[in-house]
Amino acid sequence: MRRAVQSLARFSALVAHQSAASSTSAAAVQAAACVGSRRWFATNSHDIFNTHRHEAHNNWDTEFDFTDANYEKVAEIISRYPTNYKASALIPLLDLAQQQNEGWLSLAAMNRVAKILDMAEIRVYEVATFYTMFNRSKIGKYHVMVCGTTPCMLQGAKGIYKALKDHLGIDYGQTTPDGMFTLGEMECMGACVNAPMIAVADYTKGVEGFSYHYYEDLTPQDVISIVDTLKKGGKPKAGSQHRSKAEPAGAVVDGKWVPSKPGADGMTLTGEPPGPYCRNLDEPAPEQAAAPK
Amino acid sequence: MQRYRGALARLQAVGLQSARGMAAAAQPAPAEDLIEVTVDGQKVSVPKGSNVLQACDAAGKDIPRFCYHQRLSIAGNCRMCLVEVEKSPKPVASCAMPAGPGMVIKTDTPLVKKAREGVMEFLLINHPLDCPICDQGGECDLQDQSMVFGSDRGRFTEVKRAVADKNLGPLVKTVMTRCIHCTRCIRFAKEIAGTDDLGITGRGRDAEVGTYVEKLMTSELSGNVIDLCPVGALTSKPAAFTYRNWELKTTESVDTSDAMGANIRVDTRGMEVIRVVPRLNEDVNQEWISDKARFQYDALRYQRLNVPLVRGEKGLQQASWPEAFAAIARAASKVQGHEMRAVAGRLADAESMVLLKDLMNRLGCGDLRSEAGFADLDADTRSSYVFNSTIAGVDQADAILLVGCNPRLEAPVLNARIRAANLAGVPVAAVGEQYDLTYPVEHLGANGDALDKLAKNSDYMKRLKGAQRPMVIVGAGVLQRADRDAVLAKVAKLVEKGEVVREGWNGFNVLHDAASRVAALDLGFLPSARARASKAAPKLVYLLGADDYSEADVPPTAFVVYQGHHGDRGAARADVVLPATAYTEKYGTYVNFEGRPQSTKPAVASVGDARDDWKIVRALSEVLGAPLPYNSLDDARRRLADVAPHLARRDAVEAPLWLAGEQWKAAGDRKAAADAAPLASAIANFYQTDAISRASKVMAKCVRARQNPIPGLHAASVGN
Repeated sequence: MRRAVQSLARFSALVAHQSAASSTSAAAVQAAACVGSRRWFATNSHDIFNTHRHEAHNNWDTEFDFTDANYEKVAEIISRYPTNYKASALIPLLDLAQQQNEGWLSLAAMNRVAKILDMAEIRVYEVATFYTMFNRSKIGKYHVMVCGTTPCMLQGAKGIYKALKDHLGIDYGQTTPDGMFTLGEMECMGACVNAPMIAVADYTKGVEGFSYHYYEDLTPQDVISIVDTLKKGGKPKAGSQHRSKAEPAGAVVDGKWVPSKPGADGMTLTGEPPGPYCRNLDEPAPEQAAAPK
Repeated sequence: MQRYRGALARLQAVGLQSARGMAAAAQPAPAEDLIEVTVDGQKVSVPKGSNVLQACDAAGKDIPRFCYHQRLSIAGNCRMCLVEVEKSPKPVASCAMPAGPGMVIKTDTPLVKKAREGVMEFLLINHPLDCPICDQGGECDLQDQSMVFGSDRGRFTEVKRAVADKNLGPLVKTVMTRCIHCTRCIRFAKEIAGTDDLGITGRGRDAEVGTYVEKLMTSELSGNVIDLCPVGALTSKPAAFTYRNWELKTTESVDTSDAMGANIRVDTRGMEVIRVVPRLNEDVNQEWISDKARFQYDALRYQRLNVPLVRGEKGLQQASWPEAFAAIARAASKVQGHEMRAVAGRLADAESMVLLKDLMNRLGCGDLRSEAGFADLDADTRSSYVFNSTIAGVDQADAILLVGCNPRLEAPVLNARIRAANLAGVPVAAVGEQYDLTYPVEHLGANGDALDKLAKNSDYMKRLKGAQRPMVIVGAGVLQRADRDAVLAKVAKLVEKGEVVREGWNGFNVLHDAASRVAALDLGFLPSARARASKAAPKLVYLLGADDYSEADVPPTAFVVYQGHHGDRGAARADVVLPATAYTEKYGTYVNFEGRPQSTKPAVASVGDARDDWKIVRALSEVLGAPLPYNSLDDARRRLADVAPHLARRDAVEAPLWLAGEQWKAAGDRKAAADAAPLASAIANFYQTDAISRASKVMAKCVRARQNPIPGLHAASVGN
């Protein structure tokens, strides 16, 4: 039943967009599409449609070209692949274009990549729509992606999502009015041992200053302080917020960091293991030594 | 553009060269050796390189399929063609599995049936249940196959998805919710049509076929995706909601919209042509037809001449046949035979042309010409004006040179064949104006001088000589030039030096652009020597469906008789209009550019008082006092065979003699100078070339759509 409601919401968004003569109502449409805060599958992408809709900042007349510095990078990327498989460079080039273009791929950017790689434009659109890491509509300066896969979910991803949602006032797929943050949901990013976690893509500094940091072992308070620091232009601590790596120093339990206590017998992975130990392989085993010769 | 060039320069500076993408040849190379496989206990031999599905077809087993199509690359994504192969742990998709020697294939086991039922259930999850309002209903692959593999209930309880329809232009209607993602249309656009605009965007449940950006499908072959689509996602826009396929009567006929003579099936209901679809003919059009051939039929309802008209004080007035004939007789009695002229139009059939020629000759008139303007062409040697290599010969060619021709507009289906050859590695070069032919063309110059340069030991000449089966294709535009003889003499030199004509291979080809041309030349519908020399203006001009005549051919003071089926330029100029039948309403012989005589067949009755062309000429001959002795279609065709015996051998091409380039020497002797103007095609507007297509509303919509190919652009720019 819930799925039915969602699909109806999505359909109404589609109809609303089609009936809108221009794209001025794009924000409203986006909001409508996010009703129920769920889409068909978890995705960090805030794109709703898999077709292009002309917008004031994204249409046939929009221009895009790589900077000279980035053309050096383009050449380097293309040189990694055989010349008759130039199209292999498509994904890295789209990534480069996305970083240069403040986090999203305009139609012009995709067309430019198609031209550089001698591909039909539609082949580029196909790839850009397939991978949800490519954003095809305008995005905030920081793309905050919350992991929603099982380990993070068990460790409190819902609380992280709720804290971000309440603090920033936006839901998945939406951007704050000041254009700072876009909230997204992401599939597993492989940091399960430090769950829950978020990833933040920083598009404020172009290709050179682009960063894609993980913030792990999060409590709702942590995540709020991270976005606040980002907002002020600061650099929050990347990686785990409560330990140096993934050592068994504790875990997030119910939205709070709980350091692990050594067990009753003092057993901890940081101390000396109590034994029994492996035998010294250089010496013969006791039974061997005791065996009659 | 400037910036882009800079970008390219930068790329090249770091030592990168653009390499042509992988050219995937759709058909596997023919292999002599066969392999033997067992299909349901029956042994069959198939050529090496066949897939399991082809082996099953060879054994006469029907394999259900959606995505597999023998002329397209293999996608293997519909999974409907699952079969069981011994020693294979699970069912295999037969279209994507190569057949191996000794393979034991089973197509009717319970496992196969269950697997296909599973696939069908998945396909039907998102397919709407709108068969009653779907134009594909009754001829839908999904419908047919669900009768065998479908269940009467589904286990899917959630909501079906909805997909926004795409606007592909005025010809193809889309209902994308019905799409099952077989990707046939995408592969057709990429591989056959060469307009790589379609693709799948999104993924999973949200995947949809489309152009991403709203875009017209700018192909002259776009209508073929309607036939390819196995469901009702792509249907005919002009014919939407007008018919059910079981209501239609089919007639096998031939297309006359270009000189290719594509084999078509005309589907009719009562008095109306409902649709035109291609008929399989490997030697001519394979299974494609152009958009003009497919969609111009709506013009058979508009602008028709259905009663004889005679010009009176108030312009053209309705008249009876005897009145119209009497008016012609009156005019004819005042002029001598040599003061008459007959002009044959693009759509004239061979029967009426031979009869009109006989009638004119009997009246003492030798001034017969085609509107195409090659009245002084030397047509004594047939090999000098037909497509000698034949259309199927394009598949064997290994070098192709186009001279002043744009096959994309003159014969789109031939262009697709040249494109297929090109994808298989055959280089295509061109002399003349540059056109976008959907494949890379090496441009060797624009005018006659370029031909001279080529003939002089050029690099290309060596390649042409080195080729096994080189082809030179001369466009109809070249034949219509004032400096034709000079240009043809240059082409002749090129052909001779490049050894384009060899033992067992004639690589010299002329690509005509109108259905009647080759028949007119075969029948000698050309001015006599006396008429050619005469400078006197004719006083009576007989236009046999000629609407594109040059003003010089029809002097303003002449009495003009127009015989034809559409009110166009010719009828507007005429003093007497005789209504005739269109190609869907008559038996008519048309000779395509290869010299292949084929016949149209009546699919619907003639309109109003219109009569078959040959009958009108026959009746008129009586009134003019020179009765022709042909009283039936067979008589007319016997006369055709008398004049040109090869026209009696229907559907076959008779290879003409080359005569060692004799006719060229005559052309070269005339010492005409070549013009510096680029060699250009005579067709600029593909959609409107003759009286029928000019009267078609659908064709007019296509022209408008091409003028503004990006419908969304303007609205978006203005809206913000």
